Amino acid sequence: MAATPLPLVGAPSPARPEPDAGRYPAQPLHHLDALWIQVAGTLCNLACTHCFVSCGPGDLRHPLMSRGEVRDRVAEALALGVKEIYFTGGEPFMHPEMLEILADTLPRVPCAVLTNGTLFTQRRLETLRALSDASRCALEIRVSLDGYRAEDHDRFRGEGSFARTLDGLRRLSDHGLLPIVTVTQNGDEDPLAFRARYITMLREAGVARPRLKVLPMFLLGRETARTRGYLEIETLLDLPAASFDPDRLQCGGCRAVTAKGVFVCPLLVDEPGGRMGGRLDETLGPFPLAHGACYTCYVTGMTCANG
Amino acid sequence: MSHRLALFGGVYSNHLALRAVLEDVERRGAGAVWCLGDLGGFGPHPDRALEILRSSGVPALRGNYDDSIGHGRGDCACGYTDPRDNHFAQLSYDYTAARTAADHKRWMAALPEQQRLEIGGRRVLLCHGSPRRVNEFLWESACSDAFLEWLCEAHGADIVACTHTGIHWHRALPSGRHVVNVGAIGRPANDGRTEVWYAELAVNDAVSVEFHPVAYDHDELAREMEAEALPPEFVETTRTGWWTTCLENVPAPERRRGRH
Ligand code: SF4
Ligand code: SF4
Ligand SMILES: [Fe+2]
Repeated sequence: MAATPLPLVGAPSPARPEPDAGRYPAQPLHHLDALWIQVAGTLCNLACTHCFVSCGPGDLRHPLMSRGEVRDRVAEALALGVKEIYFTGGEPFMHPEMLEILADTLPRVPCAVLTNGTLFTQRRLETLRALSDASRCALEIRVSLDGYRAEDHDRFRGEGSFARTLDGLRRLSDHGLLPIVTVTQNGDEDPLAFRARYITMLREAGVARPRLKVLPMFLLGRETARTRGYLEIETLLDLPAASFDPDRLQCGGCRAVTAKGVFVCPLLVDEPGGRMGGRLDETLGPFPLAHGACYTCYVTGMTCANG
Repeated sequence: MSHRLALFGGVYSNHLALRAVLEDVERRGAGAVWCLGDLGGFGPHPDRALEILRSSGVPALRGNYDDSIGHGRGDCACGYTDPRDNHFAQLSYDYTAARTAADHKRWMAALPEQQRLEIGGRRVLLCHGSPRRVNEFLWESACSDAFLEWLCEAHGADIVACTHTGIHWHRALPSGRHVVNVGAIGRPANDGRTEVWYAELAVNDAVSVEFHPVAYDHDELAREMEAEALPPEFVETTRTGWWTTCLENVPAPERRRGRH
């Protein structure tokens, strides 16, 4: 059952005053800990109203990456000493060769797959478990939820998607794949209570050992049409060098690749200024934190990585 | 000629396990022994383990816990991200900070963060979390060979030994380098056994690593923890060998091997 596709808005973030790179803090790349591979490009079976890369059915702005292309990117990253690989889209399991790509990659490097959890067939789950058992490297399956109640989640993701995602989580759990549930929190609710609410709901839904990762919401992609984009005051412009902590941000340890090149981080693959080059070894220099999203990262100290 | 080095970490105030480990080390007769840090947390009566360690003369590194306690910081800086993990970490941190003698705190604050040794012509780097960050978690399943090779290369080491995660492992890298996580002696290794683990590194023509389980009076420790009103979740871990808290940073394979 497909979710009702929503119109593809894909509004860019509002234009900012001409970025004067020198006036933004420059984030050095300390080491390539994480490579994000947007393996499914912008193709997704859902079209969530808050999707920060505005993905959806038939959307090929960032095309699928071929198995060979992924293999080459992984090899480039391994040569740089990468610690772990994250596969994203769109929806990675929309890629017809996702399992083969994991079979190529997982023997050499820990992998995480970020999925909406609605496309797990029995064969896929069995293969994922077998791949995980056969490797010394961790396979993490991350599934996002946008509320602990169906009505909240479905408002973002389309009618019926909460039930399908929960079903996917339960079956991942039954296969011992211990999914990480990613949720967004922007309010001031007590973190312990917030966590407990999700954990209780997931246990009741049959997810035996739920794991939770909380992320802030980014005002990017389709979210800019749902709520708003970044304001001019939400900026790191002219942040005094002395108060800039170069160890705080994930872009000190990551890069992202799509079929269109290498980007600074998984958040800015669709934003002006996010692309840094064609090959990974061309993108090891510092990055000026000129985007509104950098403000969210800095204020929250968040990382998209598992840990 | 073979050089043998006993390495342990994560004492977590487990004075009964510390005594048993030191006896085991003595019995096996390793040439040298190092403690890789994290002396407090989790267990009861922090001063007891500190007194045993200091009078043993075993050299120690300053783990994140020792750095925090030693400098009077607000939390243990273990690097947990989950609110429940942080909640339990804070309970034991506040307990430990309130019961550690000022003299021990000064001693801890002055410990070195890392130590380099040259053994049998190989450069050994002892650290707490990783060579680059005192509270980095090096889990076996979360580190590619490529990353570990880079870590050794970037820090000029042929052998890196660390602790901090609480689960021991050893990787012989394709280049001939080695990374060893020596595990923890304060808390079982989430393997359903009540023993705790330390590592013995032997360097001659080749490098080999052996992990030794050490039994101690864990029932007595559990009773002391209860008498000190430490969280029942911690006591359960001591009695069963399964972790009940600080689980959210554990990668899927290590967590799958556990019960919670
Ligand atoms: S948020 Fe995820 S599931 Fe939703 S449209 Fe974007 S990529 Fe697809
Ligand atoms: S959005 Fe965040 S991760 Fe990306 S470049 Fe800006 S600060 Fe770095
Ligand atoms: Fe530690």
